[in-house]
Amino acid sequence: MIRHVARRVVYLLPIAVMTSFLVFSMLLLLPGDPTFALLGETATLQERAALRTKLGFDQAIPVQYARWVGHMATGDFGRSLRTQEPVADMLAARVPVTLELTVLAVLLAVVIGVPGGIIASLKRNGWADLFVSFFAMGGMALPYFWAGILLIRLFALKLDWLPPSGFVPLAQDPVANLKLMILPSVTVGISLVALVMRQTRTSMLEVLSQDYIRTARAKGVSRTRLLVRHALQNALIPVVTVIGLQMGTLVSGAVVTETIFSLPGLGRMVVEGIFTRDLAPVQAAILVIVIGVILVNLLTDLSYAALDRRIKL
Amino acid sequence: MSQSLAPALAIRETRSESRFVTAARRLLHHRAGMCGLTVILVIVICAAFAPWLAPYDPAEIDYDAMIAPPSWLHPLGTDEIGRDILSRVIFGARVSLQIVFVAIVLSLLVGGAIGLASGYVGGRTDNVLMRLMDGLLAFPLLVLALGVIAVLGPDLINAIIALAVVNVPGFARLVRGQVLSVRERDFVQAARATGAGHLRIMVVHVWPSVAGNVIVYASLRASAVLITESSLAFLGLGATPPTPTWGQMLATAMEYWSAWWMSIFPGLAIFFAALAFNFFGDGLRDALDVRIGE
Amino acid sequence: MPDSSGTAFLAVDALRKSFGPVRAVENVAFTLRRGEVMGLVGESGSGKTTVGRLVLRLVEPTSGRVVFDGTDLGALSGRQMRRVRKRMQIVFQDPFSSLNPYQRVGEAIEEPLIVHGLRGERAQRQERVRELLSLVGLRPAHAGRYPHEFSGGQRQRIAIARALASEPDFIVADEAVSALDVSIQAQIINLLRELQQSFQLTMLFISHDLGVVRYLADRTMVLYLGRIVEMGPTEELFAAPRHPYTRALLSAIPDPDPDRRRERIILKGDVPSPIDPPSGCAFRERCPFALAACAVEVPALRAVTPTHSKACIRDDLH
Repeated sequence: MIRHVARRVVYLLPIAVMTSFLVFSMLLLLPGDPTFALLGETATLQERAALRTKLGFDQAIPVQYARWVGHMATGDFGRSLRTQEPVADMLAARVPVTLELTVLAVLLAVVIGVPGGIIASLKRNGWADLFVSFFAMGGMALPYFWAGILLIRLFALKLDWLPPSGFVPLAQDPVANLKLMILPSVTVGISLVALVMRQTRTSMLEVLSQDYIRTARAKGVSRTRLLVRHALQNALIPVVTVIGLQMGTLVSGAVVTETIFSLPGLGRMVVEGIFTRDLAPVQAAILVIVIGVILVNLLTDLSYAALDRRIKL
Repeated sequence: MSQSLAPALAIRETRSESRFVTAARRLLHHRAGMCGLTVILVIVICAAFAPWLAPYDPAEIDYDAMIAPPSWLHPLGTDEIGRDILSRVIFGARVSLQIVFVAIVLSLLVGGAIGLASGYVGGRTDNVLMRLMDGLLAFPLLVLALGVIAVLGPDLINAIIALAVVNVPGFARLVRGQVLSVRERDFVQAARATGAGHLRIMVVHVWPSVAGNVIVYASLRASAVLITESSLAFLGLGATPPTPTWGQMLATAMEYWSAWWMSIFPGLAIFFAALAFNFFGDGLRDALDVRIGE
Repeated sequence: MPDSSGTAFLAVDALRKSFGPVRAVENVAFTLRRGEVMGLVGESGSGKTTVGRLVLRLVEPTSGRVVFDGTDLGALSGRQMRRVRKRMQIVFQDPFSSLNPYQRVGEAIEEPLIVHGLRGERAQRQERVRELLSLVGLRPAHAGRYPHEFSGGQRQRIAIARALASEPDFIVADEAVSALDVSIQAQIINLLRELQQSFQLTMLFISHDLGVVRYLADRTMVLYLGRIVEMGPTEELFAAPRHPYTRALLSAIPDPDPDRRRERIILKGDVPSPIDPPSGCAFRERCPFALAACAVEVPALRAVTPTHSKACIRDDLH
């Protein structure tokens, strides 16, 4: 297991280096003097010179990159041009929001998608199966922002069950927080639910048709026991893979969804930064998102291995 | 009997149809693919003939009907300043299709060139280019597009560039993999033995084996590009306001919750367009008998 | 009949090829006269395919020379080499992969004509394509079809027609029949023989099938782990093999005549790894006649008769 972890880390390391370099290179690609982007128009010459020395703009690009990584790693992300707030503080406030949103979406996908897929696979071509097929097809073409708007229309405005938008930190008032997070996480999770359902259905059908399941049934193992002990365990592996593969799409969905529901997350931070030409928060948020996605990929890889191992035993 | 068969046999000895003709015929029998194609054709016609098909000018303001629900005069209602939503949806097709088309062609050209160079030249070039592509692929699509826009600034051209950039690595990887597998095939060696030059080998022998996959991939990407494009427009990072786009119409609709028609129709347009591209891509994949995507 | 003037039409000298640590071809040298058919036999992994590709410079040699009709191929630029390719062609083993699946048969046969600017007019080229198709026993009307519409034997005929299109003088046939059904093999071999005779083709015929080589080749060489171990006139080599390896190979062929049935020589072990071959004679570990001296140095290929040579130090075996 340790060797497997080490191998995955070694494999992902160059990708992490390359992505962080790409985020760093935003500064290089920016037209004009990057200190203007980081300090704004009003900074004094001394302030600019100090920043240049700090970031090492007079040195070779690899050195600049190394310094930049050093600053990021020690939590020094610079300051927001607009609010002068340290970017590290902004991240601390916003990372939990995006994290909660994606975790809830994945939870939803597992809680609804897996049983849905199983039910569909048990009665092939029944009404549940048809529903899953249609839902899966539609879920993939459904734009997040439209799904969000429709959900707000239905559950917040028409039925008045849930608040349409706003945010309360989880630590402050968990109930209010969850109430506010339900619609956003359904918005983000809906297409993942569709995908997981479809994937569960296909892999269940595949597993159920295999000889050892037939043998087990012939030996009189009960249907429920069979489903839980044998089929489900095997069918879960592709589902984990799908969730891992969809992490990028999920995060893209979270970015848009945060705008719809006015949630102060990382996506909102990026979009606001673009509008106010405030580069430091944009860079930091993108970096955190990408590293997060890479870590999730590592995790799914490892859990995949763990699931696989248990089955081999 | 034998007499009537003879001409049929004679015909069979002429040219066999090319695989594109075969694929087109198979596509005609692919129900989902044809549904997709039909919807796409409708959208293309809307885009091409928008000025003739749309009942109003998309910027024309009807002062007597602001935020008006659907009626005979305005079949899909009007928006907050009295512009006809049907007309704006029709003109929006024009903008979206153009953006999607240009972005995909750009990423195909750039990604294809990178993939060809990487696969055919190999060695260090391959290594550097592919590390770069892996890096780009690690970004979520929309986040990468936002990063590009953060550097270039928010406007329509930059949105197109961003949409192209995010799709380059996919094409590059696909083409490289294909080139690598085709390059060592005997018929490429046979062409070399014949004395064919690099260009001829690439165009006549390597490309046809790669083309099917590339076309299918491009069509499968179309719906993701469309959704990313409307996401950018929704966030206010696409075309600037007087130009109608589906995404931006939805963003406006969020300020007028009482007007359901403002959010339903542009959303339906995106939804069906994306669905159509998906269906068509699947159909094309089956018709060309290519195994990618899924 | 081979031209007997004695001048070499193709001369291969000290040819070597390594793929990383793998020494695929070691010190291969031979000459071919115009119109001569040379058989090249060996087990799979012996490097015979690499020899064929080195001769055509489809693979760059690590060292050594190939002189084709007086021209040192190694000294040619890419462009010059492409021009020489008009005169030297190859027929591959697997006709399912050596034809571009997306190229019509006519286009495939026409390609060498286009590449070398032969028979300028399109109509003339197509006339030539029809001619070539009938030459290899196919119907000219088949030109508009795709390779997948043909059987293996028919495809190999197409590949042969393509190889003949530019009227080459030299052809490498790399296991040209071994992927085909036995009944089809005979047809293709006869076709190759007819074509060779009527066009006076010089040919390097690579095969692991000794019977086929015996039927076609004027001379034969035997390759073991990238080295030639024996070379001589085909009849002589088959009747009186001088190298223990050749004897082992020949003894494995079932002989229909029970009176002539040879003693079967069963080889010990497997072919050693070309990354780390045994010292001295590469065959010694499997050789029933090996002596201590065999481990000392690589035996040179030396003449036993003016036309027959072998790479074995044991002259006491007949």
